Amino acid sequence: MNRRRRRRLAAFKTVVYVVLGLFFLLPIAAMVEFATRGVGLTSPRTLSAFTSIGSDPELVDAITASLELAVITSVGMLALLLPTMIWIRLCLPRMRRPVELVCLTPLTIPAIVLVVGFAPLYNWIEINVSDSILTLAFAYLILVLPYCYRALDAGLSAVDVRTLSEAARSLGAGWGTVMWRVIVPNMSSAVSNACLLCVAVVLGEFTVANLLNFENLQVAISILGTGNARDSIALAVLSLVFVFFFLLVLSFLGRALSRRRRGGARA
Amino acid sequence: MRRPLGGRLRISTTWLGAAPFLGYTGLFLALPTVLVVVGAFSGPHGPTLANLTQLSQPYVVSAFLNSLVLSAVSSGIGAVVGAILAYAVATGSPDGMMRRLVTALCGVLSQFGGVTLAFAFIATIGTEGFIVIWLQQHGITFYPNGVWLFSLTGLTLIYTYFQIPLMVIVFMPALDGIRPQWREATETLGGATWHYWRHVAGPLLLPAFLGAWLLLFANAFSAYATAAALLDIGGVIVPLQISRALSSEVGLDQASFAAALALGMVVVVAIITVLYARLQRRSARWLPR
Repeated sequence: MNRRRRRRLAAFKTVVYVVLGLFFLLPIAAMVEFATRGVGLTSPRTLSAFTSIGSDPELVDAITASLELAVITSVGMLALLLPTMIWIRLCLPRMRRPVELVCLTPLTIPAIVLVVGFAPLYNWIEINVSDSILTLAFAYLILVLPYCYRALDAGLSAVDVRTLSEAARSLGAGWGTVMWRVIVPNMSSAVSNACLLCVAVVLGEFTVANLLNFENLQVAISILGTGNARDSIALAVLSLVFVFFFLLVLSFLGRALSRRRRGGARA
Repeated sequence: MRRPLGGRLRISTTWLGAAPFLGYTGLFLALPTVLVVVGAFSGPHGPTLANLTQLSQPYVVSAFLNSLVLSAVSSGIGAVVGAILAYAVATGSPDGMMRRLVTALCGVLSQFGGVTLAFAFIATIGTEGFIVIWLQQHGITFYPNGVWLFSLTGLTLIYTYFQIPLMVIVFMPALDGIRPQWREATETLGGATWHYWRHVAGPLLLPAFLGAWLLLFANAFSAYATAAALLDIGGVIVPLQISRALSSEVGLDQASFAAALALGMVVVVAIITVLYARLQRRSARWLPR
């Protein structure tokens, strides 16, 4: 890469980061400004809206439930979607379009309508299985399909699945080894991307939980908002910041894992 | 003697591999959808087409048009700007802090929505928003032609707030697949930057770009919570009409009208998906499968 082009690229990147950085951070700054306002017009800035969150047991329950749901949904998604997608690339190529279509449908049916169809199912689950909020994971697994499909599909496209699996099979590897120890390590950025999206979807989900009468994080924010706008915005900011750091940590974990695998493979 | 048996066995295990996925989506996706479709065709006195004929009313047609324009514009802006941001990130170090920060931020913001997102924008560029007030103090009017934040224009702007991050996340893996050697090869053959984008990177990225755009379009088309929080008047876009029909207390046929509206949405997205599949096949025909 010559120097002129490198300089041009650096200038281009700076412009993009500054302009989009302003676009994305200003609204969040406005929220922070609002959440730290004092109660009276002249009273000083305060963090009371943030500190009061931990002392509300109902809120803590909602936050815990959302976190548990995020983990369950991510694990369930990987267990359900990834083997199917690899399998289809290897053995059932003609099922690829239909499966893609199935995975994209949850986007085409607004959540608000899907809920109408979910309601009888959840009635049954509540009576026969459990009335725990964690049963929402069944619905969330459907909601995350389109995002995770795209992420995983992009990752799989970049890997020569057939050659890798044939090589591994000819060396005596079973299907499990092919999937989890050969293909997945080669697309770890796509897998961690899919998990990232899963976590973000679940922690940001409102419509389904609200209409099925479960109190997750977003429902809690909205309930709080009807009584105390300042606390509700504070909680929203906090949840954004929290998910942000969570995803950041996840990205370090994903990289560390893939590097260790790569190192192990080299040794 | 043993060949047919082995062959049959392979066919059945081949399909068995897809069974868990098909079973799960059948139960939690197809079944609810069927319940909705059945609802669209059912009236108080058995099966009927009355719900669907209601879709031709002018206010429903305009809601569909609004939804289409909103989704097309917001996904277009989101796809282009998101691709640019993704490119800026992808050309950096793959283990760099910038990339991690942007990816994590995009992960959060792609799912940000509802009352809080609407509020964030009202607090920023609403009539009392801090940018508007700050500009006013410097003698600049932010809204010379009237406030557009609470209209479809404002909604489009707010939608780009989650569309751009979504694009970055969905499109990044495709950019990661681009090898610097290709560019070097282009240069060795005497190609300029323009040739590289026009003949090498562009065609390679186009299928992924179109797929991501489709995802963004559908995402905007079915988004509901933000619009509900921002717009006072109901029914401007289709999801709002559905929620109005679902929450109205007029009677049962309103629920089946909601189902008919939903069916209409599914049909629109199905048409666009078919168009996309055509385009995809054309744009990807020379790529190895």
